[in-house]
Amino acid sequence: MEILTKDFSLAAQMVKLFDDNHDLIFKSDTPEITDRRKIALEVFKRLGFPDNKDEKWRNTDLKKSLQAEYNYYFEPTFQKGIDLARIFQCNIPHLETDMISQLNGWFISENGGIKKHADGVIVGSLAVAQKEFPDLFDQHFGRYADNEKSGFVALNNAFACDGVFIYVPDNVQVKMPIQIVNIIHHDQNIFVQNHNLVILGKNSQLQLVQCDDSVDHQRSLINTVTEVFIGENASLDHYKLQNKNDVATLINSLFFHQERDSRLSTNCITLNGGIIRNENYVRMNGENCEANILGVYLVDKFQHVDNQVFVDHAFPNCQSSELFKGIVDDSARAVFNGHILVRPDAQKTNAYQNNKNILLTDKATVNSQPFLEIYADDVKCSHGATVGQLDETAMFYLRSRGISIENSRMLLMYAFAAEIINHIKIEPLKIRIDDMVKKRLRGELSVCEQCVLHCSTMEKPINFEIDLSKI
Amino acid sequence: MLSIKNLHVAINGREIIKGLDLEIHAGEVHAIMGPNGTGKSTLAGVIAGREGIYDITEGEITYKGKNLLDLPIEDRAREGIFLGFQYPVEIPGVSITNFMRTAVNEIRQYKGLPQISAGDFLKKMEEAKKLVGIQSKLTNRSVNEGFSGGEKKKNEIFQMAMLQPELAILDETDSGLDIDALKIVANGVTALRSDENATIVITHYQRLLDFIVPDFVHVLFEGKIVKTGGKELALELEAKGYDWLKSEV
Amino acid sequence: MEKDGNTILDEVTKSEYKYGFYTDIEMDMAPKGLNEDIIRFISAKKNEPDWMLEFRLKAYRYWLTIKEPNWAHLHHPAINYNEIIFYAAPKKKKQLAGLDEVDPELLDTFKKLGISLEEQKRLSGVAVDAVIDSVSVKTTFTDTLSKLGIIFCSFSEAVQNHPDLVKQYIGSVVPYTDNYFAALNSAVFTDGSFCYIPKGVRCPVELSTYFRINAANTGQFERTLIVGDEGSYVSYMEGCTAPQRDENQLHAAIVEIVAMKDAEIKYSTVQNWYPGNAKGEGGIYNFVTKRGMCRGAASKISWTQVETGSAITWKYPSCILMGDHSVGEFYSVAVTNNYQQADTGSKMIHLGKNTKSTIISKGISAGHSSNSYRGLVRMTRRAENSRNFSQCDSLLLGDKCGAHTFPYIQTENKSSIVEHEATTSKISDDQLFYCQQRGISAESAIGLIVNGYAKEVLKQLPMEFAVEAQKLLSISLEGSVG
Repeated sequence: MEILTKDFSLAAQMVKLFDDNHDLIFKSDTPEITDRRKIALEVFKRLGFPDNKDEKWRNTDLKKSLQAEYNYYFEPTFQKGIDLARIFQCNIPHLETDMISQLNGWFISENGGIKKHADGVIVGSLAVAQKEFPDLFDQHFGRYADNEKSGFVALNNAFACDGVFIYVPDNVQVKMPIQIVNIIHHDQNIFVQNHNLVILGKNSQLQLVQCDDSVDHQRSLINTVTEVFIGENASLDHYKLQNKNDVATLINSLFFHQERDSRLSTNCITLNGGIIRNENYVRMNGENCEANILGVYLVDKFQHVDNQVFVDHAFPNCQSSELFKGIVDDSARAVFNGHILVRPDAQKTNAYQNNKNILLTDKATVNSQPFLEIYADDVKCSHGATVGQLDETAMFYLRSRGISIENSRMLLMYAFAAEIINHIKIEPLKIRIDDMVKKRLRGELSVCEQCVLHCSTMEKPINFEIDLSKI
Repeated sequence: MLSIKNLHVAINGREIIKGLDLEIHAGEVHAIMGPNGTGKSTLAGVIAGREGIYDITEGEITYKGKNLLDLPIEDRAREGIFLGFQYPVEIPGVSITNFMRTAVNEIRQYKGLPQISAGDFLKKMEEAKKLVGIQSKLTNRSVNEGFSGGEKKKNEIFQMAMLQPELAILDETDSGLDIDALKIVANGVTALRSDENATIVITHYQRLLDFIVPDFVHVLFEGKIVKTGGKELALELEAKGYDWLKSEV
Repeated sequence: MEKDGNTILDEVTKSEYKYGFYTDIEMDMAPKGLNEDIIRFISAKKNEPDWMLEFRLKAYRYWLTIKEPNWAHLHHPAINYNEIIFYAAPKKKKQLAGLDEVDPELLDTFKKLGISLEEQKRLSGVAVDAVIDSVSVKTTFTDTLSKLGIIFCSFSEAVQNHPDLVKQYIGSVVPYTDNYFAALNSAVFTDGSFCYIPKGVRCPVELSTYFRINAANTGQFERTLIVGDEGSYVSYMEGCTAPQRDENQLHAAIVEIVAMKDAEIKYSTVQNWYPGNAKGEGGIYNFVTKRGMCRGAASKISWTQVETGSAITWKYPSCILMGDHSVGEFYSVAVTNNYQQADTGSKMIHLGKNTKSTIISKGISAGHSSNSYRGLVRMTRRAENSRNFSQCDSLLLGDKCGAHTFPYIQTENKSSIVEHEATTSKISDDQLFYCQQRGISAESAIGLIVNGYAKEVLKQLPMEFAVEAQKLLSISLEGSVG
């Protein structure tokens, strides 16, 4: 265990940590991977951690998170006497998933850390995959997560030791969704850097559910990088569910690399967190790709959620659509920065971007920046952003039917969020998230002692007999 | 006036028109009927000269003794070919007045005539509007923007009256119209009929031909004219449906 | 055969910049470069009071401590401030009393630009202040205006004759600390227009300033200050041109507008600085800070701009909506062709309650140009029940150009509504075919469509300008697509 103190710059301490622990960090590396780590560290030295002067970080202040004391581990760490089985039991009714777990950024397993299924699908620990499948690992690791995007990405690329590794071979359609549950549970402040690698071969298909949860109230700084390669004509359906405690800082960088004719749908649901920054990078590296990037965030108290979406249209005839919706309460702050880049030859691009927000108080803040950067002429691009309140006419309509103000507000907020939830294609998950959103809107959802998906009692739903589409 | 010989047209490598012949003389009205997807709109687009879509693989089209296929779109229009669009496009911000004045003047310039005077232009506008019963307001609006389906089609006939074409091709001008609008449109077309000009009416429904009486009816089926007759052919088609053709062919 | 987009573009780029001539006038110039002595020289030349010199020196010292901004979507070689002549004025022997005493070469210059300084031949209902190389040469109509108590004169005259007003308002909207170019301008500005409309007066004529850069190697740094007192109204227009030269020239202006209670100020610009040639050589670097302050309740400031010139445009006419119920508007058409670059848009800062703002921006890009909209809408905590609507459209002509949209939306209260919409498209083949089928050539069709596209903005311009702007749009773009 290493201690990072708040008395010195965290960046400098991380550089020293890297230099002092070559043996631990490089232990399973091929020379090429070691080189990639060293390059990443050089980039980190140059970039450092982002601050508010950086245009992309103007609205998200990490000073407090970066000036705290943290423990840092190069080995898996668990508190003694905790019941892993209890923490990781997932209780979504009727949701059958192939569940894999990470605790404090380390893969947890009973079967040697990796499993190769009969159809060739490999699911397991990144650390083990690096040893057992060096070819696959070297071919993809660090290829899509661009060091230059931020100091966090570079730092993760330099340090990454474990995380989840998933490989779906060509032509394999994975029937059961794979669920990654990532839990932070520690009696000290902790800085975690995990790195997930997901590879989809040609014509393959996968549904992936990623859950980020805290189960205690310790401060944590989590720097996750997920690299996803979607091969030709493959299809990925991805969900990210975030329910962190109020003192957690989560930097979640997702890199989707799409080959031609592939399809991506990613949906990010943020229910709670201290500071959450989601960076979604989608690169369309072939013709006829399709990407749907969706998100909904419900934040209150002093929470801060920041969604960054960068879609790189590098080839013609691709289609992307972004829709992010948020309800911002109390003194919370929501930040959205969407950036669509259409490169010179990406003709016939069809790109759409929208960010809609409801502000519930005068202390809440929304910063929305839907950017378009276009260098091709035969394109159809549009974007929109709105910040407003619940529609007064709709409120009046509901109340005139005898519904209380509270329930009317709830109904409308729910309807607002439902547009995103309705896109969830895994039915049990949809029902569960739907329920969680309702609970969240009623203020009943908190970070409990267990995994958040574990809240087993289904509440009686509020009555939704009114046809909301008529409003 | 127009002579089409052995026309073959492909779109994206798929042959749509497969050896079509058609002769049209001044003073005639020809109706072209046929089921969807048999190449009716393709034929209209080819005559008007739409670029970038059609591959003319074989055949020739002569118009007033000229090789029509050599002329760019606007010169065909200036030579008197008018296409009434099936789906007239919206052009935001461009007023119909401005649009028509530009068109009239460019055509006059092509013919070596001086620019039309403001007075003559307005007079012409008034007459054309009256013909299709357009309220004066319509002409201050942008081209087709926010128009109902009926208004768009009326606007096509209004433009036809303004430009006085020698050969008018009306592509499904009757589709999406209620009977009142249909009458107005048809009456407009009939009023513009003369011994010097010809009209091609492309339609899916026989009912338009109750109001615009054709001299010839052609049935287009799978890229060829499979039957030609008088007005009664349209009635027969209406009664027996297009399936009857399949057995005939 | 489809007409090749590039051939038509080539034809367009051949259309000459019509204001590219140069007038040989005897000039009074400062040496190249910038230091405190140059600033003292400028101030002494203009016979300024001490407080004005102090203002300049403070700004200069601040400027030395800051860096040129680099966040805009613009690329240009570094500007060497030591190669610029910061003061150039047509030589004159004494104060001018009448038109007879204006250098005939100068009169001729403005005649060539289509602007008559002879009042009998003036544009009907427009008072003109003509500024050449940052120095006001002639203001027309002053007598008529002064009867109403309206002050419309060059900035230098205002410093001499209305020092209290200038002292009260200069830097009150754009402080010299605002940004790099504002600091530079505050240090070295040479002239510009000053306008004051007293309480309850509606200015009966359009006020207009015509800016012309003439001398080589000079920068133009003019400063405009418009104050509308309670219940007043004025419509103000600004036009500009420059000779055709191979080197780039810097233009860094400031416009400050103050609207008191119930006042309404309309500011229109047709910006046609030399844009450089078809290869991207030469042209004006236009770094301008324009801002209006709606200080009083129910005041209104409206910006309309048609931007066709300059090699580089960096400009964000803004409104600070301080008074309750105040209104800010921004209407813009920005055209870029060849290698022009524009990063332009607006800022609407809502401070007062029930304030309202509208942004309509239409970008048109052709050639190898780059055209960005960058805008900020901010609803502060106090700005209850405020509204903003923004519509930013981009039209692309050709496949070598870029169109970008960078809106920033910040909302800090729950009762305000912000809406932003944007689209990017090209002139559709269907629209072109429709026009051509009616006998209209592709080039006229594009002219028609572009003017139609920009109509929402053009109709905001005063009549005298609207015609010019429409012609300008057609000239800048005629037939840019095949």
